[in-house]
Amino acid sequence: MPRYGMVIDTRKCVGCQDCVIACKTENNIPEGYNRDWIITESNGKFPDIQMEIRTERCNHCSETPCVSCCPTGASHIHDVGGVVLVTHEKCIGCKACVEACPYDARFIHPDGYADKCTFCIHRVEKGQKPACVEVCPTYCMHFGDLDDPNSEVSKLLQSRKWHVNLPDAGTQPNIFYLV
Amino acid sequence: MNELLELTTTRNNLHIDPTMAMWEWQIPVYLFLGGMVAGMMIISGYFLFSGRHKESNCACFSIPFISVVLLSWGMFALFLDLAHKLYVWRLYTTFQIKSPMSWGAWILILVYPALIANILMRPTPWMLKIYPKLSDWAGKINQHPFLIKNIGIANMILGMMLGAYTGVLLSSMGSRPLWNTSLLWVLFLVSGLSAAAAFVHLFAKNKAESELLAKADNGFLVIELFVIVMIFLGFLSSAKPHMEAAQLLLNGAYAPVFWVFVIGLGIVIPLIIQLLAVNHKIRHTAIAPIMVIVGGLILRFVIVSAGQYSHWFNAHFH
Amino acid sequence: MNSLSRRKFLKISGATIVTAAALAGSAKTIVSAAESYAKPKGLQVIPSYCDLCFWKCGLLAYVKDGELWKIEGNPKDPLSNGRLCPRGTGGPGAHYDKERLKSPLIRKSERGEEKWVEVTWDEAFDYIADKMNKMKAQYGPESMALFSHGIGGSFIKHLLRAYGSPNETAPSFAQCRGPREVGFELTFGDVVGSPERTDIENAKCIVLIGSHLGENMHNTQVQEFSRAVEKHASIIVVDPRFSVAASKAKYYLPIKPGTDMALLLAWMSVIVNEKLYDVDYVIKYGFGFEQFAAEVSQYTPEWAYIETGIDPEVIRETAREMARYKPATLIHPGRHATWYGDDAQRSRAIALLNALLGSWGRKGGFYVPYSYSIPKYPYAPYPELNKEPLDNPNGRYPFATGEQISTGIREATISGQPYPIKGWFIYGTNLMQALPNRAETIKAIQNLDLMVVVDVIPSEIAGWADVVLPESVYLERYDDLNASPFREGFVGIRQPVVGAPNDQKPNWWMAKKLGEKLGLGAYFPWKDVEEYLDTRLNLAGHSLDELKKKGIIKGASKPIFFEDGVEPEFATPSGKIEFYSKQLEEAGFDPVPRFTKHAEPPSGYFRLLYGRAPVHTFSKTQSNPILADMMSENELWVNADLAERYGIKSGDRIKLKNQDGVVSDPIKVKATERIRQDCVYMVHGFGQKSRQLRSTYKKGASDAELVTKYNTDPLMGGTAMNVNFVTFEMEV
Repeated sequence: MPRYGMVIDTRKCVGCQDCVIACKTENNIPEGYNRDWIITESNGKFPDIQMEIRTERCNHCSETPCVSCCPTGASHIHDVGGVVLVTHEKCIGCKACVEACPYDARFIHPDGYADKCTFCIHRVEKGQKPACVEVCPTYCMHFGDLDDPNSEVSKLLQSRKWHVNLPDAGTQPNIFYLV
Repeated sequence: MNELLELTTTRNNLHIDPTMAMWEWQIPVYLFLGGMVAGMMIISGYFLFSGRHKESNCACFSIPFISVVLLSWGMFALFLDLAHKLYVWRLYTTFQIKSPMSWGAWILILVYPALIANILMRPTPWMLKIYPKLSDWAGKINQHPFLIKNIGIANMILGMMLGAYTGVLLSSMGSRPLWNTSLLWVLFLVSGLSAAAAFVHLFAKNKAESELLAKADNGFLVIELFVIVMIFLGFLSSAKPHMEAAQLLLNGAYAPVFWVFVIGLGIVIPLIIQLLAVNHKIRHTAIAPIMVIVGGLILRFVIVSAGQYSHWFNAHFH
Repeated sequence: MNSLSRRKFLKISGATIVTAAALAGSAKTIVSAAESYAKPKGLQVIPSYCDLCFWKCGLLAYVKDGELWKIEGNPKDPLSNGRLCPRGTGGPGAHYDKERLKSPLIRKSERGEEKWVEVTWDEAFDYIADKMNKMKAQYGPESMALFSHGIGGSFIKHLLRAYGSPNETAPSFAQCRGPREVGFELTFGDVVGSPERTDIENAKCIVLIGSHLGENMHNTQVQEFSRAVEKHASIIVVDPRFSVAASKAKYYLPIKPGTDMALLLAWMSVIVNEKLYDVDYVIKYGFGFEQFAAEVSQYTPEWAYIETGIDPEVIRETAREMARYKPATLIHPGRHATWYGDDAQRSRAIALLNALLGSWGRKGGFYVPYSYSIPKYPYAPYPELNKEPLDNPNGRYPFATGEQISTGIREATISGQPYPIKGWFIYGTNLMQALPNRAETIKAIQNLDLMVVVDVIPSEIAGWADVVLPESVYLERYDDLNASPFREGFVGIRQPVVGAPNDQKPNWWMAKKLGEKLGLGAYFPWKDVEEYLDTRLNLAGHSLDELKKKGIIKGASKPIFFEDGVEPEFATPSGKIEFYSKQLEEAGFDPVPRFTKHAEPPSGYFRLLYGRAPVHTFSKTQSNPILADMMSENELWVNADLAERYGIKSGDRIKLKNQDGVVSDPIKVKATERIRQDCVYMVHGFGQKSRQLRSTYKKGASDAELVTKYNTDPLMGGTAMNVNFVTFEMEV
């Protein structure tokens, strides 16, 4: 049983938003909304500055507050890969899941249902990678099976220092940032 | 040294950025109405259980009808809040045991029969006009004190569940530190009882009941104050996101509304007025109950709004 | 009791509602079914090349049921390796932009008032041809000048040359990379070119002077930079602003603006004095090294520290670091080099530093590019030119060879000397944001009898035109073949993937139609552009059909490094790398670059610096709905301490006033530690003033508007624009 996740190399990320745009066109996201985004964190007094640039999206957590709070079962865990998805026709737009995410990764689509990154499951099931991973011009994004010790993502996590977002929130996110 | 930390984000999703504002007025209005109805159900249920229904002007005959109206308004507000309204029926095709909202959807379904059973004990004249058979049903119920007691118990239990689940719903959101206290359901329940007591005290025709409810309200107000203190003690001794959340209300952006309207005008001052009134130092007026009711409504608005604002990580406001 | 019982009422109204809903739903289905009959079903993947900037990456456009869905890179394309940059990925927005020009327009009142009459193409061409014929008779065809940027201008260039005008320019020379090309040509005998011939991915040490790779998004450059980062290349960034590239650097040098030459000279001095240069390479290929060495060795890091503010030990350490990895050390030549007025010499200094380390022609430095040569179309010979181009009269700028000086043409338009310019034909370049001192541009425009602008959006320059011709965007048209010189030779096709939504037309069609109206039909013997392209490709042994399917065809492989057998050739007077330039000396310039102290901002003023964002290209993309969603306005970077002193914080909106009193539109402040206190910075291309382009109108501020002062490079006429100083005007 694969457990999908991403490993993102912040040393290479330049924060160009190519991933945000590729997601937008691949998934027809309406104007004004984005499933992913760029965070820059910089620290220090000029000129001694450290800066980390991250591309972020739904972390497809292993402990999902957004799935347990859903009253209709619309927000659910896909049977393959542990990907967190929303079944549009079951969603009533109550926004509990939007509130429940500590990363604020969800939003309400203008058509009424809760929306967020889907790890491009429609592509992954055809053997492709998510649109954001495939477009990144710095090749900083990696996608794969975290449960396979020989996968690219697993090997990267074994060999490099990394962190996740909000590790203490208890969500067990599956996107890892190499530093 | 934290001032040298700079954060930027490119995300600008509607009602998510710069701070979460997904739930608008509909939710606090429902929480308030639901809470007050819960309190009214407990009061009415208790009156039935303790035999007050024998008094002809017992409030337990008018409370349930008002409750049905208020609760329906509350549910309508909830419906208005939904972004995908045509699919609302999906709530009732499943029961998601981990979802407090699913619990709530089904509790609301059970609440109506309890209220209706209460109403059927003494249908109003216009009800009888529409459906004369109701008087037979009323008669049957009133002949069975055991049934009446159980209607009372059902109303009390369902009232407590109704009053508590909304607190559980919010408190189960670890993402919003201000809601993340296991005492939130207690606060909502007590606040609901307090508003209900004030409301019924205002309209009760039975003098003894009215007085009783004013005293009960004083009790609820004191407990409410105690629960609020406990909640803040919990936050201030917890982790950073929770301390920051507490500070939002204590000395942050929400402090003026919290201290003046929720604590001051919503609890402390009406408590003082009502203590003086029940000790016959001054006459009962509508001032204190109205302050309690409005204070309860504002409490819900503050909690919903500030709760959404409170966060673990927000690049817009680090 | 009413016969219509409540139950029955509910039943009927329920049924009515359901039926009404079903009818509404089916009506929509019927309409969309009718529409979909016209469009092909299913998924088509069509190769082309991008036009969001000038890199021309090969792409694959995905069209689903006749609608443009998304654009990805063509894996066969060597420039993009199958991954486009954010602008290319956002290309569908160019097609879906609701504010595009829709039909030809002729102005009906004063120039610049943006009041138009919609006309047919015939009416527009008749108007233009009439004026052009009159101008030809009265002033000669040389009175017509063409400002054209981008490959889409190739057919229009052909038209105007056939018409008889010698005056044709792009702002990219005098306003951008011209000084760099001249500096490198004077040293190595060849230009850097575009795409830059930099071997970033194999460089072990990369020096970026102002080049903000990662914010500046030339696709191949960023891809290679990322690979170099992965390989732990030693990166040295010299920038008054802590850029994204600086965050990946081993050394960040927060240089005082205007002093890069001092740093370069000090570096060269250390390398020469400590004998860290590539001795064999210099001996074998260098000319005039002794004189050069004598000249540069007098500059010390201690002296440079006084000018630049960079610690002398850091200067030494970074010089040694560069030398450690030679010849795989790349001092990046940059691209937009028009900074302070001595930019050709500064670029020459960069070239010389590279030469010292032996990186020109070597791995990790500069490769020798080649292109796949597709023969030109066999046109009849052009008519004789009556006059010489007038951008550089009497060779005032002796080293401005190869390309024409746009601001020189503008100057001639104003003065009427050496002969009058009476018409401007503008293709795809917003001169209002591109040329410095827009007052001069407006003044020049007033002298014109005819101004034609070909554009895709109602840009600011289109607002000043007499005739506006709406072009279809790159996704809707054919253009000439792309055969850029690169690491390998290839040819790429641009072909339509969707239809134009309104009456927009491709540039080749405009050129041919207008050409026929001007009696120049003989120069457009091909029936349509497909015939033109097929003819060219046939001459190279290919066909249009083949290229349309493949998207990219590669030429035969050739070596690109001296190490692999490329013969080192330097087209300089000495035939070698000119460490000392006699031709500069003879022309009265410094044969070895010297330091010039540039004016500094007066008290209370800050130098205005500008740059790029990865989601936009100049002022071309701000109305693209996808890209506007990423960034809809620019911000003013102000040092945090400076901001505090002035009582401004992030999010405040302020205006800027420059040394000549010009005031900008309000711009949002970004108070940050990431910039020096003596300068402010914003992304170029915002603060647009075209009232017809509502989505961009006055969003952010325009740096170009504040560039009223410029220093002209005496070697080649480049207009240095980082010489304007601004002060804060708080909003009341």
